[in-house]
Amino acid sequence: MPDNSNNSQSAVSVRNVYKAFGKRPETVVRKLKAGATRDEVKSLGTAAVIDASFEVARGEIFVVMGLSGSGKSTLIRTLNGIQPPTEGTVEIFGQDITTVNAKRLRQIRREKISMVFQHFALLPHRTVGQNAAYALETRGVNRSDREKKAKESLELVGLKGYEYYYPHELSGGMRQRVGLARALAAETELMLMDEAFSALDPLIRKEMQDQLLELQQELGKTIVFITHDLNEAMRLGNRIAVMRDGRIVQNGTTEQILNDPANDYVAQFIQDVDRTRVLTAGDVKEPPVALLGAEQGPRAAHRLMRENQTTALCVVDQAKHLLGVVYETDAAEGVASGQDTLEGLIRPMPTTSSTTVLAELLNAAAEHAAGLAVVDDDGRLLGVIPRVTLLSSLADPSSAALKTIPQEATS
Amino acid sequence: MNSPGMLLADEETDGAFIPRLPVGEKLEEGFDWFQDQFSGLIRGVEIAFETTSEGLAEILAAPDALVLTAIFALIAFLMRDWKLALLTVPLMLFIVSVDLWEEALETLALVAVATVVALVIAIPLGVLAAKSQFVSRAVRPVLDLMQTMPALVWLIPTLAMFGLGMPAGILATIIFALPPGVRFTELAIRQVDSEVVEAGHAFGSTGWQILFGIQLPLATKTIMAGVNQVIMLALSMAVFGGFVGAGGLGNEVSGAINTIDLERGLEAGLCVVMFAIYLDRVTAALGATEESTLYKLLRRRKPQQQQTEPDEAEAAEASTKTG
Repeated sequence: MPDNSNNSQSAVSVRNVYKAFGKRPETVVRKLKAGATRDEVKSLGTAAVIDASFEVARGEIFVVMGLSGSGKSTLIRTLNGIQPPTEGTVEIFGQDITTVNAKRLRQIRREKISMVFQHFALLPHRTVGQNAAYALETRGVNRSDREKKAKESLELVGLKGYEYYYPHELSGGMRQRVGLARALAAETELMLMDEAFSALDPLIRKEMQDQLLELQQELGKTIVFITHDLNEAMRLGNRIAVMRDGRIVQNGTTEQILNDPANDYVAQFIQDVDRTRVLTAGDVKEPPVALLGAEQGPRAAHRLMRENQTTALCVVDQAKHLLGVVYETDAAEGVASGQDTLEGLIRPMPTTSSTTVLAELLNAAAEHAAGLAVVDDDGRLLGVIPRVTLLSSLADPSSAALKTIPQEATS
Repeated sequence: MNSPGMLLADEETDGAFIPRLPVGEKLEEGFDWFQDQFSGLIRGVEIAFETTSEGLAEILAAPDALVLTAIFALIAFLMRDWKLALLTVPLMLFIVSVDLWEEALETLALVAVATVVALVIAIPLGVLAAKSQFVSRAVRPVLDLMQTMPALVWLIPTLAMFGLGMPAGILATIIFALPPGVRFTELAIRQVDSEVVEAGHAFGSTGWQILFGIQLPLATKTIMAGVNQVIMLALSMAVFGGFVGAGGLGNEVSGAINTIDLERGLEAGLCVVMFAIYLDRVTAALGATEESTLYKLLRRRKPQQQQTEPDEAEAAEASTKTG
């Protein structure tokens, strides 16, 4: 968990970073600190990053989102010192890289940080295998070891057997896989991805995103990902920082950004987000109002429903495995016929895992009045999603398109 | 030789208020000083030029003209394709048939030595200029001077330094042919995709690793275009070398001018054209290595490797599974 009080846990720690370009960047930063706006200092130089601070926890995917010119690409380049910040500190695994000498900085880049580029940045005169081994070659790893490692990482990204091809013989998606393999072969804990999928067409992009998430689960890297696409940001990010005009305007989880935008700019951004593809069952699930034990009878079911004012109840066994659902009408019938057990009254209930996006739940929800059950891999009940909850979670909290009739007196 | 200069110095300039500046005089004084100070160096360079160029000319002249033609054709075939190899034969046979073969080889040796020296200076200088804005700005006016000064003027100081002979011709040729080598190299390095260079930095490469592993390989095509330009300029200047007794076809041309011998002049000139065509086509192929026969021959082994490697991997996998 990101926690400012415990910095040694952070993979990346950025504090009050400024980056200005131009003849006198220090003057630009001084004026900005004194309260000047970005436009006011324009004549002196370009302020690319203004007072950026954030922490990235180990094993997290941290997404920096912003339109072109928002400073996000400069920001990511301050993390490996390709663009040293004009002011402020950048710590990578506790080491401040803004004060180290060039040699040490190179060493940190070799051992701790790898990078994936928007336009792949592969070496056209080298084979795919040689490209993937580039980081290791720089580090001075011997030939057979680095070829082995490169082969492994190419296999990881699904390019087995392509070692002897040249980059120009591959498609865009495959080339970026090579870029990814090159970063993976470096075996650094931190990976910087600068608009890594932006140059790919949408289908390939989705595929690459899925692959990245898979790899991340497998390898547990810390990833800083830059994108201008909010949908991509929401899909990939544990946390998202939204940048505008050089400043980070909001830094929070997917849900925080969606449900509590910090300002109009962020709100405007998320308008176009397809919530059904961003929010997951785990995000919106609720604890069930009441549970019915498998050994209980229709009478107990009926009573529980009345007490909780609900028309359906989930039935679970002792280990909380979901068995199904009992509806009020069935329970009433059972009571009337004097039945002692729930046998024959339990109906199937649609289940889903917590990582499923809402778009895939809508159909099932429409067909089942009781809503959906969220279960873990072993079938244990984690929570439920009643239809009302599903509907309201799709709504944009800032939307004002509806009027209520009759109008409320307070408005 | 100094008399026209002396005459000018005494004349009035066109603008009545602008004094006549003794620019040439001062430059000559500077040149004389340089000659005095570095006479040892000048002597060394002279010997080096003389021995290499004359040695090379002798080596070239050693085999029969037809054998050398065949070698030239083979080079053309390897660098490009059989069509260029076929073209080489009539070009060379023309030179043999007008009986200027030995002179042409002398010129070729002069061009070769001058080109090598020019490139040894030009390419590192171009790299420096690409890396440093300061060097770039400092070098540019010098290159402009070298390129725009009428080519024949360069013969005067070189003649003063080395006296009549091949070294004077070689030095003048170097001066005249060098600028495009620097310019193309600088441009080539600057043109390398900055994202790829950035990738080099991001993975912790040193400046040298980036230069030799990324920038120079990716700049090769453009640098080779510069090499082509250097060779072409060297060839054109080498003929002027005849005026300082550099030998070869240049001597024929200057001799023909002195005697208004059109026949001899044309023949020598056409020999230069033949060599120019050959050298241009061959060196142009340097920039497009993928099309060369040599490259294709080398690449042909690759697909075999490609096929065997995955098989081996599978075999290895299978063995680990069974074992």
